[in-house]
Amino acid sequence: MNIRRIFLIAVPYLWLGALFLIPFGIVFKIALSDGALAIPPYIPTLDFSQGWAGFKDFAGKLDFENFRFLASDDLYWKAYLSSVKIASISTLATLLVGYPIAYAMARAAPEWRPTLMMLVILPFWTSFLIRVYAWIGILSNEGYLNQILIGMGLIDEPLTILNTNWAVYIGIVYTYLPFMVLPIYAALEKMDDSLLEAAEDLGCSRFSAFWLVTIPLSKAGIVAGSFLVFIPALGEFVIPSILGGSKTLMIGKVLWEEFFNNRDWPVASAVAVILLLILIIPIVLFQRNEQKQREAEE
Amino acid sequence: MPVNEQNVFAPWEDPKAKPLIKFENVTKRFGDFVAIDDLTLDIYAEEFFALLGPSGCGKTTMMRMLAGFENTSSGKISIDGVDVGGVPPNKRAVNMMFQSYALFPHLTVYENIAFGLKRSKMPKDEIAARVDEMLRLTRLEKLARRKPHQVSGGQRQRIALARSLAKAPKLLLLDEPLGALDKKLRQDTQFELMDIQEKTGTTFVIVTHDQEEAMTVASRIAVMDEGRIVQIETPARIYETPNSVYVADFIGDVNIIEGNVSPQDGGVHHIDWAEGQSPIIAHADPSIANGTRGFFAIRPEKVAISAERPADRANAFQGKVLDIAYLGNVSTYHVALPTGNIVKAQATNSRRLSRRDITWEDTVWLSWTDTAGIILTQ
Ligand SMILES: Nc1ncnc2c1ncn2[C@@H]1O[C@H](COP(=O)(O)OP(=O)(O)OP(=O)(O)O)[C@@H](O)[C@H]1O
Ligand SMILES: [Mg+2]
Repeated sequence: MNIRRIFLIAVPYLWLGALFLIPFGIVFKIALSDGALAIPPYIPTLDFSQGWAGFKDFAGKLDFENFRFLASDDLYWKAYLSSVKIASISTLATLLVGYPIAYAMARAAPEWRPTLMMLVILPFWTSFLIRVYAWIGILSNEGYLNQILIGMGLIDEPLTILNTNWAVYIGIVYTYLPFMVLPIYAALEKMDDSLLEAAEDLGCSRFSAFWLVTIPLSKAGIVAGSFLVFIPALGEFVIPSILGGSKTLMIGKVLWEEFFNNRDWPVASAVAVILLLILIIPIVLFQRNEQKQREAEE
Repeated sequence: MPVNEQNVFAPWEDPKAKPLIKFENVTKRFGDFVAIDDLTLDIYAEEFFALLGPSGCGKTTMMRMLAGFENTSSGKISIDGVDVGGVPPNKRAVNMMFQSYALFPHLTVYENIAFGLKRSKMPKDEIAARVDEMLRLTRLEKLARRKPHQVSGGQRQRIALARSLAKAPKLLLLDEPLGALDKKLRQDTQFELMDIQEKTGTTFVIVTHDQEEAMTVASRIAVMDEGRIVQIETPARIYETPNSVYVADFIGDVNIIEGNVSPQDGGVHHIDWAEGQSPIIAHADPSIANGTRGFFAIRPEKVAISAERPADRANAFQGKVLDIAYLGNVSTYHVALPTGNIVKAQATNSRRLSRRDITWEDTVWLSWTDTAGIILTQ
């Protein structure tokens, strides 16, 4: 092992340590603390002047009470379940919208592809918050969507979409669409057209060739895109609080309320730790998918 | 004719025979570019038809039109008497082996070969038996569970071959099926193909860059150039009686000498090819008009090389050995005539190399009979 290699290996680990493990350690420590009317709003705090005795005193006061509390109050696990449901449905919807877009992009003439790609990532150029707010103007009872539908004579009464889960689904699909489109596009673009010809030559119709060849070959892109949507959607806070209603239950919103409305940092931290544990499963699966794809490409 | 042709398979000589494939004035354009130019061609059932020609002459395009991936720009293609214009590839009893193999990367070797069979109504156990047979035939048994990216280039080519053979189609299109194989395996596979062809009666259309391969397997060879067919003939005839300098040059090695032709008695023609040299004497049938500019073509193996002037040969010219290409079983001598022409002569190495009696810079005699070469007028 020479210095260069050690350095190359050390950099990502230091990065991971500084930006993930240390913050996580701090959050976890707060989750084990008790709420208090103080600054910061929890006890105990570590007193370095007392040395080892101070640390032992500090460690003795940490406990899992907040986690027990989360388990006992059904608000929390209902919020987790509802988040998983909303994130799953939104991911599926994003896939259904994103796949045809990615497919059309990959089938477009090569000179058009960079432009289409630009169009997909163009929304990132304005603030995410503003874009989500803009949906209020579209989805509200007097919004553009209802105006158009009424104008076309399709409905008489305005549809109530804003402040329901429907608005949350729409918001998530809209926001995360590029994360779904780009990996699928990358997979489809690499695909050799002669594979479809071979499938047809061997007796497939256009549709079954698509089903038996195109879909499996873009599987890695589908999986990557789905995780890239599902993982952030699960902890999403902005979209449900702006577009969702009082009945929209998402863990991100609960977390926010614990932190800022109740100022209960320890419970909020415990919620965050559990959220992370829930996310570890899909994240590990995501990594495995990436790994497998890299191996396949070698 | 030089080859025994009694009782051989030759439906193209039978005016009553119905061709399996018929190209009628087929033209294919890509934009302004004419890839296939007014091509008319008949291929008969159970033929082993080879397409030969330089890169870009339209061989793959012809195959793709037969398989149904390209439409004709004008003209008509029929298979088994049915106009196939507009019939999609999956509705044609044709299978194609792609030049790029087009193996499915997400499927194993076994599944790749089974792919076409699973699309038909064949029962499961029959599919398994058929795939095993194909694996055995192409010697891929040990690789059945691997993915295409886990096997070598030659093995990939064999998978593609096995996959296209599996459905036992009426017409099989092979686009350079054996190019990536080593010589031994290629010869074995060539014989396997001929064997399959004999057993199943499948009609093969094969594209190859290897003229030796075409000579080995084909019932007829079509030589193409820029979207047109220059000559269609049996391997022996295309080698012995090419219809143009292009074909003579494309198939095998040839010496071409240009000159003025003058007919003599009894089919004999004289070709005056250089000042102060006696004319080349050659037979031509039918006779060629006096004064025609012609090309005398002779294969190197029909030119004898000797230290002394042979007595009984109609043509004999003296020259100096420039170069000797030693190919193991034969050697090719490049001999410069006093006129500057270089003529190649090929001789079998019946003696050990150290005992060869002709070497560089030697003055030698080149000779051939009056029927050894032919006269071409284009
Ligand atoms: N889709 C296409 N668009 C435009 N030109 C094409 C297309 N396909 C083929 N061509 C052109 O048509 C000509 C014939 O191509 P084809 O692939 O049939 O050649 P080939 O005889 O198979 O050559 P090779 O021996 O290199 O495989 C080439 O000049 C090629 O550039
Ligand atoms: Mg080709």
